Amino acid sequence: MAKKTFMVEVNRKTCKACGICIAFCPVSVFTTDHDDKAVVDKPERCTGCRQCELLCPDYCIRVEENSNG
Amino acid sequence: MGAIHEKYLRMDKLPHIWCPGCGNGIIMSSFIRAIEKLGYEKDEVAAVSGIGCSGRITGYMDFNTLHTTHGRALVFATGIKMANPGLKVFVFMGDGDAAAIGGNHLIHSCRRNIDITAIIFNNHIYGMTGGQFSPTTFRNKYATTAPYGTTDPDFDLVNLCIGAGASYVARSTSYHAKMLTDLFVAGALHKGFAVIEVITHCPVNFGRRNEFDTPADMLRWQKDHAVRTAKADMVPMEEMEGKFVIGELIKKEKPEYVEEYDRLIETVRKGDAHRE
Repeated sequence: MAKKTFMVEVNRKTCKACGICIAFCPVSVFTTDHDDKAVVDKPERCTGCRQCELLCPDYCIRVEENSNG
Repeated sequence: MGAIHEKYLRMDKLPHIWCPGCGNGIIMSSFIRAIEKLGYEKDEVAAVSGIGCSGRITGYMDFNTLHTTHGRALVFATGIKMANPGLKVFVFMGDGDAAAIGGNHLIHSCRRNIDITAIIFNNHIYGMTGGQFSPTTFRNKYATTAPYGTTDPDFDLVNLCIGAGASYVARSTSYHAKMLTDLFVAGALHKGFAVIEVITHCPVNFGRRNEFDTPADMLRWQKDHAVRTAKADMVPMEEMEGKFVIGELIKKEKPEYVEEYDRLIETVRKGDAHRE
């Protein structure tokens, strides 16, 4: 069975650069940009735990499973 | 932003005013997930809030909402429930609302056991007004009104509610967001007054003055200091020092206020009010 892959998206417009997603991502998918806002750096690492989506206080993160596997 | 946010939030009011990393946003997200799980229609939910950062929540959620005066959210909610018992009434209060100015309303709502779900955002500080210490600020912590640390011991809200006779009391944190959703669901399904205390974080007015550099540090503190009910009995007393229990703390059957009130009206109408 093919390994599940995920699409991670950060809405830069609503991100307030709190750093919670970066701190709690167990596989370090995110990095920061010049404004300290979250940027998706290594989406291939995402395991789909959705901790970032759950803890983002500003609802800027969307994690979706890729259908093609 | 998921479909669930678009369904339940007033999108034209977002982004919300809460500070970067504020726990209130996480609690709001957990709450709308609970409503989705419960399958309630938006029109059958009434959300009532008090004053402070937590009070802003009713502005962002697309239910029947009421933003009331400081500490009086429970009073307005009681009126709503009495007038229209079909509504699912949720009350959002901060620690200032629930433990200070509205403390009296909280204990009497517990005593009455009216079918309302009260959610207390306990961030241990008056955030919106500039960081004054509240009844739930821990001893020896700093606030604008306690530059040398507070001398007052903090209020234990869950035990206060249990003592006042609440039939459902639970506690969780903004870090335990999934558990929070489950507790909101359980509280809503419980027939009677349900109190859910959410230990949340104020990174700006509490955190910065108390050696928490980032909002994530505060969430880690919650993770490290929360002990689940199932585990709490096995942890030695000395290790529980400074920690708190999360999960369902009490759940019992008690006569519900609106039903009791209706029963009384019926009895009086029949003209046999004094019958034993």
